[in-house]
Amino acid sequence: MSEFAYHGAAASQRPDPDTPEVDLAYYEAVYLRDNPAGPHKELWYHAGGCRSWLRVTRDTRTHEILAVNFPAPVNT
Amino acid sequence: MRYSIFTLLRQSLTGHAGWTPAWRDAEPKSDYDIIIIGGGGHGLATAYYLAKVHGITNVAVLEKGWIGSGNAGRNTTIIRSNYLLAGNNPFYEWSMKLWEGLEQELNYNAMVSQRGVLNLYHSDAQRDVYARRGNAMRMHDVDAELLDARAVRRMLPYLDYENARFPIHGGLLQRRGGTARHDAVVWGYARAASDRGVDIIQNCEVTGLLRDGASVVGVETTRGAIRARKVGMAVAGSTSRVARLAGLRLPIESYVLQAFVSEAIKPFIPGVVTFGAGHFYISQSDKGGLVFGGDLDGYNSYAQRGNLPTVEDVCEGAMALMPAIGRVRVLRSWGGITDMSMDGSPIIDRTALPGLYLNAGWCYGGFKATPASGWCFAHLIARDEAHEVARAYRLDRFASGHLIDERGVGAQPNLH
Repeated sequence: MSEFAYHGAAASQRPDPDTPEVDLAYYEAVYLRDNPAGPHKELWYHAGGCRSWLRVTRDTRTHEILAVNFPAPVNT
Repeated sequence: MRYSIFTLLRQSLTGHAGWTPAWRDAEPKSDYDIIIIGGGGHGLATAYYLAKVHGITNVAVLEKGWIGSGNAGRNTTIIRSNYLLAGNNPFYEWSMKLWEGLEQELNYNAMVSQRGVLNLYHSDAQRDVYARRGNAMRMHDVDAELLDARAVRRMLPYLDYENARFPIHGGLLQRRGGTARHDAVVWGYARAASDRGVDIIQNCEVTGLLRDGASVVGVETTRGAIRARKVGMAVAGSTSRVARLAGLRLPIESYVLQAFVSEAIKPFIPGVVTFGAGHFYISQSDKGGLVFGGDLDGYNSYAQRGNLPTVEDVCEGAMALMPAIGRVRVLRSWGGITDMSMDGSPIIDRTALPGLYLNAGWCYGGFKATPASGWCFAHLIARDEAHEVARAYRLDRFASGHLIDERGVGAQPNLH
């Protein structure tokens, strides 16, 4: 529908499956959100363009974009 | 003051000078048995049923703005109980039954109008899905009729049946569904609760929670500290913000949902119609305006106003379904902040903190749930046990895996 696709909060990371209390870690990563009214770090995908992932800091009260950068590569 | 034809006649003869305010604009006391945070439909209904059903009248409803300023005055007024899943269906049907008696119960004209809700289907596969939902409804004693294209054509001859991409094959009709006047619902509950002794305190924002160890024993507000034995939250889009005061992280994201109304036209759309090939729904108000909406703006927002790509998307849905309204002018649009839960279903439950109760996660379906939400939240707070039709709405279902995923799209709240 639009050039950039929203992919939710950037803070949410897939937990290490070997972590202790892995069920709790996955529950928190999959379901719980800070959901702030204010600056929010989130992921956007440039679907209608260069297909890069972007890490955007946006104020959820005004939609002002405070920062944009490429997310750090994920260590696997 | 009881409203009736005789009251109206008496006031007519005396120049309408004797009408009294519908509810008391109360000053906060220093303590209550129960505080409800949030003076929307759900909070006011909770206070009313606490007083009416459970006999607890030492109750305050705290509203940071004024009654009707939030989502209660921003929704598209649809009432229905056409749900598939066993966790949802009895709850929404109980809500529908409460709607059916609401005006007599509250002595207030909420303009409840059972003009029917028709969900259109556009393919054989979608017909099967709707047939399944209709059967599930009938197994729960809820009315449902599966209509073919001819039957829909008799009701709504002007839809675009032969649309090349989205031909209309039929629809699932719930005749008992319909609309209600949203402002009147909160005004009616506020008046009825106030009459039973509930304090409705406007312009009173909660800024903190009073704690005694782990327990919540009251709230800090912009109008001072107020103590209570129990505190219930019913704050919709602000749920995460208020929960943070208690140190809670919840399975909720806030999004803006836009709604629209057109200029008034002559009676055209008899009930509520939803487009099954996109996301668009429409009804016509008694004043003649077309009331419609569609998808969320697809990213977290507390802005209470929407952006133009969604306006375009909604209007494209309108044109695909109902080209006849293409020349009707849009009068207004607005946005409300919805508390989107991770499975699309609500939460009515205790929290980890003794004395703090949670009513949240209504996504964009909170209006129809208003009476049952109040009924079940009051039951939970008064008796410390879930009401039988709200048993599935547990907060821990996300950890235990007992999701109520009506849409079947998983933990992506902007898709519910």
